[in-house]
Amino acid sequence: MQERKLGMVVAGSLTGGVDVRLDGEVSVEDIAVGRYVTIGGRKRRFFGMITDVSLDASDPRMMASPPDVTDPFIAEVIAGTSTFGRLHVLPLMTIGGDAESLLEGPQPVKTVPAHFSAVHDAGEEDVSQVFGQVEERQFYIGTPLDMETKVRLDPAELVKRSNGVFGKSGTGKTFLARLVLIGIIQENAAVNLIFDMHSEYGWQGTSEGGGTVKSLKQLFPSSVAVFALDAESARRRKVSVDSIVEIGYDEIEPEDIAMLRETLGLTEAAVQATYRLARRFGDRAWLQGFLAIDGREGLNALADELGEHEATMAALYRRLDSLRRLKFLVPHARDNAIQSILGYLDRGIHVVLEFGRYTDLAAYMLVANLLTRRIHEKYRERMERATAEDGAKPRPLVITIEEAHKFLSRELAGQTIFGTIAREMRKYNVSLMVIDQRPSGIDEEVMSQMGTKITCLLDNERDIESVLTGVSGKGELKGVLAKLDSRQQALIFGHAVPMPVVVRTRDYGTNESYKELGFRDALEAKRMAEEEARDLFAD
Amino acid sequence: MTIKIGEIIEAATGGFTAQCYELHSPPPFGGLVRVSEGDIDIYAAVADAATTSIEPGRRPIARGGGEEAEGDVFSANPQLEKLLRTDFRAVVVGHKDGGNIRQYLPPRPARIHSFVYICEPEQTAEFTRSLDYLGLLVNAGERSDELIAASLRGAAAANREPREFLVSAGKELAVLLSDDTHRLNSILRRLKV
Repeated sequence: MQERKLGMVVAGSLTGGVDVRLDGEVSVEDIAVGRYVTIGGRKRRFFGMITDVSLDASDPRMMASPPDVTDPFIAEVIAGTSTFGRLHVLPLMTIGGDAESLLEGPQPVKTVPAHFSAVHDAGEEDVSQVFGQVEERQFYIGTPLDMETKVRLDPAELVKRSNGVFGKSGTGKTFLARLVLIGIIQENAAVNLIFDMHSEYGWQGTSEGGGTVKSLKQLFPSSVAVFALDAESARRRKVSVDSIVEIGYDEIEPEDIAMLRETLGLTEAAVQATYRLARRFGDRAWLQGFLAIDGREGLNALADELGEHEATMAALYRRLDSLRRLKFLVPHARDNAIQSILGYLDRGIHVVLEFGRYTDLAAYMLVANLLTRRIHEKYRERMERATAEDGAKPRPLVITIEEAHKFLSRELAGQTIFGTIAREMRKYNVSLMVIDQRPSGIDEEVMSQMGTKITCLLDNERDIESVLTGVSGKGELKGVLAKLDSRQQALIFGHAVPMPVVVRTRDYGTNESYKELGFRDALEAKRMAEEEARDLFAD
Repeated sequence: MTIKIGEIIEAATGGFTAQCYELHSPPPFGGLVRVSEGDIDIYAAVADAATTSIEPGRRPIARGGGEEAEGDVFSANPQLEKLLRTDFRAVVVGHKDGGNIRQYLPPRPARIHSFVYICEPEQTAEFTRSLDYLGLLVNAGERSDELIAASLRGAAAANREPREFLVSAGKELAVLLSDDTHRLNSILRRLKV
């Protein structure tokens, strides 16, 4: 099918994109940034995205004395001749004309189309040529603007690097992240560990409209386990929890406190004091021992002994004492949460850790950091062993964190485990999925290491700048990003997609969508039932 | 039926002047006329018409003081028909060579005493299928805006789809006059029928 002709190329450059003069019949008002067009060059076809729309006139005097456009005749005559629309198109891929290049598929652009090449709306066929056909039972994230073609986001590619989901609040970050997680689960690309600050990913989440939507556990009951820090909240929400997580004071190390420096308002001296405390009381007993001190005299004596300032000690005590209100912190945990989580992960079961009512940052950061550090350590050991012995490598693990800018800020990224994971890529088979509304707060180095970025509407200049760091056509994409709808639209670019794409994310929350998304589990359940039946009647 | 309207009395590559056979009956302003020159037909747009005394030095004098109707002046003075003449000037807009319409200047000007015919609507429609001749009219000098507008109005009347014709002609003009918005606007306003 021949798509609508929009106009022709009149100027441009590879770095800056090409200018397209709109034909008279095409109204600028029918054009939207983020849409795809094809440009028929002489030897190859180009595939590009509209990044800007502008108005132009052949004679600047036209602006000073506008013609009488109330007359339909005059309006029709000057449209597309004296006055015309201009599109700015960022060429993204080329498709060669000969058989060989058709086999090779779309390639990144290395040149621009010739002068006066015709520009058409991209058809469904063109889009699926670039993004590949989505087979049945394959995960897709949504459809390009005004199109039906499904855009595949390859979970296997995705988990090879750390990724980010960005967008200001209320733009559907959680929905998108949930979709991506579902994709990873559906295609079994990796095993997930999700630090679920607002209890959105486990049993059910809330939708913008105020209703509830099913979450991972409901879609994949047999392959997702929900861990909770807050048993009470889980009970109130009628969520069946696979395990309650308790963390012992003896598991908290000075590094865990160092991470909370900003959140707890600790001075550098106070952070240093924790290391001395650990030396004094022992690595596992320091927090317990320190918090057991009663009264000012005791503290002062300890300060004297360690050569610390008394005021520093008192402040540290006050701040650490505030951790006591976190009910999941106990002197000594009955179960080893890390072992238990690792056990699930090893069996390929995804773990969602719900924070219940502990939605404050200190609790979130403390737990996420503590668990991740230990789990990463185990992964590293196993990976090193596997490499040495040529044995089986552990399953790829994706750790999802929210409020990522707090963990990955410029000050902390160099010290925390999350910074390490983000930078070392997949050396130890662990990668991150960060969910954040303030990407400008994330360390640049970490941002530049992210494989795929999925971003909803952002309107802060610095956030946009930060998300687009290191992307070609940055200036052009800026406009697209700032003009996204605040619902169900996202710009995806990076490793897992062949070129930047604005998608209308697929529906989520209807029975239809659940059925479509949960298919793997349904299939598995059926297979398992069949297997059981076979075993039962085998003899 | 082809109407023979006059005879060329002055000719150049870009245009000619013809005298009408009948006093006060020049072809319409902007209308297309046709002259044969050997095996080519030259097409021209009527750019100007004037009725004057046959002798440049003798100006007509008013004679109708005692008459009731204007026509009575001529019936009372039959010699007037012979003392006055109507001439018209036409701007060459193209030619037809071996059946092909060419919208650029012919190789030779028309000859003196060639007969000038008014183009039939079918011929006008055939000639104006392409609008390249507007380029010649744009540079036709004095009153060219009026001439373009009149010529297009006339051609539109001969066309089966007058509005579509005028819109595409307008677009052609918009390109030709892209650096002169005032002129374009003034012509477009004159195109409204």
